[in-house]
Amino acid sequence: MNYTVTITIALKEGMLDPEARAIRHALANLGFPAGDLATARLFRITLDAADAAAAKEEARQMCERLLANPVIHRYTIEVE
Amino acid sequence: MRFAVVQFGGSNCDRDTHHVLADVCGVDTDLVWYKDGLVRPYDAVVLPGGFSYGDYLRAGAIAARTAIMADVVRHAKGGGLVLGICNGAQIGSEAGLVPGTFTLNAYPKFISRHVYLRVENAASPFTSLYREGEVVRVPIAHKEGRYVAPADVIARLNREGRVAFRFCDEHGNATPESNPNGSAENIAGVLSEAGNVLVMMPHPERASESVLGTEDGVKIFNSMIAHIEEHGRQEA
Repeated sequence: MNYTVTITIALKEGMLDPEARAIRHALANLGFPAGDLATARLFRITLDAADAAAAKEEARQMCERLLANPVIHRYTIEVE
Repeated sequence: MRFAVVQFGGSNCDRDTHHVLADVCGVDTDLVWYKDGLVRPYDAVVLPGGFSYGDYLRAGAIAARTAIMADVVRHAKGGGLVLGICNGAQIGSEAGLVPGTFTLNAYPKFISRHVYLRVENAASPFTSLYREGEVVRVPIAHKEGRYVAPADVIARLNREGRVAFRFCDEHGNATPESNPNGSAENIAGVLSEAGNVLVMMPHPERASESVLGTEDGVKIFNSMIAHIEEHGRQEA
């Protein structure tokens, strides 16, 4: 079966997000004062797997072995 | 005695590092293309600065997962010396040679300037020619150099003398103002548990000849050479 996994990688709670801080500042300059602002990175990957659970497990291994750095990142995986 | 300087696609301090080792320090040094692997024993492996794989994903993340890094990890586990400089530090931490990681500077821009470092541990294979507490002047050039690690890891690094260098002012005070990138506790260089791996964001190879304005960095390479002369080659 072909699945599309969507992986979202974000900084762990409490981690400094310098890009978010700069973007928030730029938005405020444009007249959009934002309260909290967080950034994240999204990967959309198509893959072949036996079932949705297997697709999710493969995506989890991708995160653990390359896409995320466990020191600073957390991630979520959606399968469709 | 033989050193290797590993070249990844996008390394750009490889030849500078080779020049310092071969021409300034006078040690036999091979430039090793990453696809060739470490095909002979080396006393020390240097991961040089640059922008391997264009810093895609995270600086050092992709280079850390190449086959030659398995060779480098094996070399380190056997007790061989590994020095990671700048992008080499990012690669080394991504490969798990030291705990923690180097990520986007607190103010997210590229910084290229000279900084002061305080030598925190003058007993390691990389720092034995310094005095503890000595203040040295070496350049940095990075955008992802802020050292981050869990609090318990940093406590352990402090306890075990594994912080090799801290960013400081010219008098040796590790202040927030003298911390260029927001690194945890001004940490600029970290040693592995066994002490035979050093990763550091500053560039000692750019501070190894008087014509460059500072020779403070060359003691790192000469400390490594002295260590190897004393202890011999550690075979994996």
